[in-house]
Amino acid sequence: MRKMYDGGKIIAGLIIGVGLLMSPFFFNLGKAAKAPTPELTEKAREAGQCVAPKPYMQTWHMQLLDEWRHTVVREELRYTGEESGDLLTRLLSDKRAILSGNTGDFYDGGAEKIYYKSLQTTCLDCHDNKSKFCDQCHEYVGLTPYCWDCHIEPKETM
Amino acid sequence: MGMDRRNFLKVAGLSTLLAAGGKAAVDILAPGDLEASMKSVPLSEGKRWAMVIDMRHLNEEIMDACTAACHREHNVPDVGNTKNEIKWIWKEKYEHIFPGQQHEYASEKYKDQFFLITCNHCTNPPCCRVCPTRATWQRSDGVVMMDMHRCIGCRFCMAACPFGARSFNYGDPRKAPEDLNPDFPPNPDYPTRSKGVVEKCTFCAERIAKGMMPACVEAADTIKEDVLIFGDLSNPDSRVRKALRANYSIRRKPELGTEPNVFYIV
Repeated sequence: MRKMYDGGKIIAGLIIGVGLLMSPFFFNLGKAAKAPTPELTEKAREAGQCVAPKPYMQTWHMQLLDEWRHTVVREELRYTGEESGDLLTRLLSDKRAILSGNTGDFYDGGAEKIYYKSLQTTCLDCHDNKSKFCDQCHEYVGLTPYCWDCHIEPKETM
Repeated sequence: MGMDRRNFLKVAGLSTLLAAGGKAAVDILAPGDLEASMKSVPLSEGKRWAMVIDMRHLNEEIMDACTAACHREHNVPDVGNTKNEIKWIWKEKYEHIFPGQQHEYASEKYKDQFFLITCNHCTNPPCCRVCPTRATWQRSDGVVMMDMHRCIGCRFCMAACPFGARSFNYGDPRKAPEDLNPDFPPNPDYPTRSKGVVEKCTFCAERIAKGMMPACVEAADTIKEDVLIFGDLSNPDSRVRKALRANYSIRRKPELGTEPNVFYIV
């Protein structure tokens, strides 16, 4: 093996250099921020169920919202479970007042609830603690969904 | 390898013949198919929403009430200047909305009268034909709808609309002057828009879905009934059809062939 000129200094420098580069990792070791858990409001807890089962909502709520915005605006299917326009027509012709009021409309049709598909007036009607229910997780994973550019978030009193 | 002039002319001539033949073949085998994309759903196949405005009974009080109700309902801000203003329904002078109709001997009544104007929800809407993202399209019930999620703000539709019915958000509507828009947004159940999208009247799609009248019609009805009439053109017994049958009505710029669905009884 050939002799390395100034070997000691170079290796020492390398060790110090690598150490400096790694220092943030050592510095923050064991201090990882805990993933926040969404907080449920009283109203959400009382309702006992969401528009879909909890595990589904945890993983797929963004896909659900994307589908909602498409079907509501473009296909005029404004209620959950409404595969075609027929359901609403039937309900309306039954003169069942499902459409009273503006917030959180749903028709209690026995076992399965029918919800008005709206982020702003259905989701946030129960989950009106947006900062604790939505924002803290989104911040944790570094997301800034642009939903709130247009959709109005509830005024939080807490 | 190059191509000499003789061969080039042969190829060019042959391709032209084939292309012309192709169009002719489509016209013969499937007549009208090329033009079919311009037409919309026929009346017999469902609802066709339309509005009739009775100018004989419309006054400025009603017009202002309609505009206020609509803009409150849909969180349309007052931006404070006419250059960037956003409007869904507003009043405009006769000579501006019926250009070519005015003459110096016209009745004083119409010369100085304001008309209430909004998106005409044309049967053959030019705005929808130019939209590159299909953010605006015609629903089967005739409503020319906007999908704000999809609008990229190219403003082709604004250039295409012959009625100036569309407005562009040059700024964030939530940053509109606060003194002009106290407590904005006024309706917590309807979204605002974001900077860089085009918006317009949607015939209150969210209200008619619930069996309610559009906000402007509701506002007008509280002052005087049957001034603004909203209904289904495909139903011969609907209020709009009755009003159109019984009275002489005009539409804006019919010569353009867009077939507006907002009618004025004069």
